[in-house]
Amino acid sequence: MTQITRRNFLKLSASTAAISFSGIPFIAKGEGKKVVVVGGGVGGATTAKYIRMADPSVEVTLIEKNADYHTCFMSNEVLNGDRSLDSIKFGYDGLGKHGVKVVIDEVTAIDAATKKVTTAKSGDFTADRIVVSPGVGFKWDAIEGYDEKASETIPHAWKAGPQTALLRKQLEEMADGGTVVICPPTSPFRCPPGPYERASQIAHYLKNNKPKSKVLILDASDKFSKQGLFTQGWKELYGYDIEQNGKNEGSLIEWRPASGGGKVVKIDATTKTVTAGEMEDVIKADVLNVIPPQVACKIAHQAGLTNESGWCPVNKQTFESSVHKGVYVIGDACIATDMPKSAYSASSQAKVCATAVIASLQGKEMVTPAYVNTCYSIIGPNYGISVTAVYRLEGETITQVSGGLTPADATPEQKAREVHYAYSWFANITHDIFG
Amino acid sequence: MINKKALGSTLLLTAGFVLHINAAVAEDKALAASGADSVMLGNTCAGCHGTNGSSFGPASPSIAGMGKDTLVDAMKAYKEGTRSGTIMNRIAQGYADADFEAMGDFFSKQTLLVSAQNADAAKADAGRKLHKEYCEKCHVEEGTKDEDGAGVLAGQWMPYLHYAMEDFQSGAREMPKKMQKRIEKMVQKEGDGAIDNVIHFYGSRK
Repeated sequence: MTQITRRNFLKLSASTAAISFSGIPFIAKGEGKKVVVVGGGVGGATTAKYIRMADPSVEVTLIEKNADYHTCFMSNEVLNGDRSLDSIKFGYDGLGKHGVKVVIDEVTAIDAATKKVTTAKSGDFTADRIVVSPGVGFKWDAIEGYDEKASETIPHAWKAGPQTALLRKQLEEMADGGTVVICPPTSPFRCPPGPYERASQIAHYLKNNKPKSKVLILDASDKFSKQGLFTQGWKELYGYDIEQNGKNEGSLIEWRPASGGGKVVKIDATTKTVTAGEMEDVIKADVLNVIPPQVACKIAHQAGLTNESGWCPVNKQTFESSVHKGVYVIGDACIATDMPKSAYSASSQAKVCATAVIASLQGKEMVTPAYVNTCYSIIGPNYGISVTAVYRLEGETITQVSGGLTPADATPEQKAREVHYAYSWFANITHDIFG
Repeated sequence: MINKKALGSTLLLTAGFVLHINAAVAEDKALAASGADSVMLGNTCAGCHGTNGSSFGPASPSIAGMGKDTLVDAMKAYKEGTRSGTIMNRIAQGYADADFEAMGDFFSKQTLLVSAQNADAAKADAGRKLHKEYCEKCHVEEGTKDEDGAGVLAGQWMPYLHYAMEDFQSGAREMPKKMQKRIEKMVQKEGDGAIDNVIHFYGSRK
């Protein structure tokens, strides 16, 4: 009998691999297995594609409500007019080329126990594994006066598309001297630096087109993502925190933290007025952008995948739901400890999830996961900043092991490069998702 | 890809082995290897460098087809701070040498898909002659092959090549002595536009 030493075992593994390479038919264990992916955003589309790339014998069906997807990332550039709405629009033909069956329909129910997904018009789909990537839902009852109906005239523009177009139109129609009010929500929410990049991009538009106007941020929090870098950029480009006659005047951007009267209490959609702070200041906006507090999208709640936080707890190594076996939750909707709710996070989680789903279908052990996040924010022309992180699984948590922000003393050249790399990130990640 | 997976688990064992050695040898608090395999690690780079390392530009470099040692050396230099980048220095801190080697394994096996760029034909033509005279000795086969850490230049994104040359010339990135001599000679003899011409030559490659 041969003893299996480490050396022999390595040899054995190597020769097994060699046999597979030599053309002897490899019987894929995923053969005939079905995966249904709910949601065609960053997380869902990437998972569907990467499952097919890794094991084409698995049948993958992706169900998405809209025929086109508008990326939230880069949508702030649509608001300032630098970018067309079409340039952030993507379809699902690319996924079809990878053999993903794409169904454009609304998922009305997920039965986690029987692995059945019900749609509005296309009937039921059963699967061996379900991947749920539904994104965020809005807590419409959180701010008095701001509900789904109000969002038809007061855009949130936190899901890109018609909402982005509406906010852009209102900015174009606003007279010079107007006030644009942006109301970021309480954490956690999709794209933590997003509201502040939005303020920057709108300020850029106002500076060039309506210089007597201003952006007022009424914040539900006392601090925000990349705060030091944003405020540094605002000071350099737009004027920020300039005190005149004891008042905050002469600044294109004003930020009011929750503790400084920024917390929004009430919205009046017809008059575009906001009541904020303990003193209940009434602020009249010319353009009002309310980003409501968020939870996992409603289908995740219907499927029973959420906990008391409103988000979905998962096994951090596989993204399998902690509630329902065989159902995986990725992207903004899941709880991924250190990872922010960003597109890169969703992409990174999708690849870990795809590997885990295949391992599970093939009856293999899941390998060690690797996760990364990078978020660029463009403050103005040739002025880009970023935050980046590498994570590892440590016990039950996804822990950041490296990363950080653009250095505060970065040169103008480095900030310009970050813009070019931000555009490269956009080109590459969208191709990685939809191509 | 199934085959790759089988290979991946072998690599995983190797990575584990390296980790073991590191733990025994290294006294400092260096980050241990992640234990993730080459496919898992390689896939994390796609968001910026493109699926399997072929970038769609306009600036992020392609890393598909890069020599394993070239990639490992680049990542080590980013980690140690001897090469300046924008986000790469921050990212490289998250890995150990074994991770860089796994990434190198992954990307050295990928085929580079080249996207068309707006290279100026006249500049590219002038650049071709300059390449032959000054660069071909190390950047062999018109810059398509990565030999001895020279990297793949043919089809690389031109803005990135400009950044790289700026960094070499400013000292933000250390230039190999041989290269320094040749660049100096080229610019002296052929004028300031020579570097731009050579970059257009590489950018025009398909």
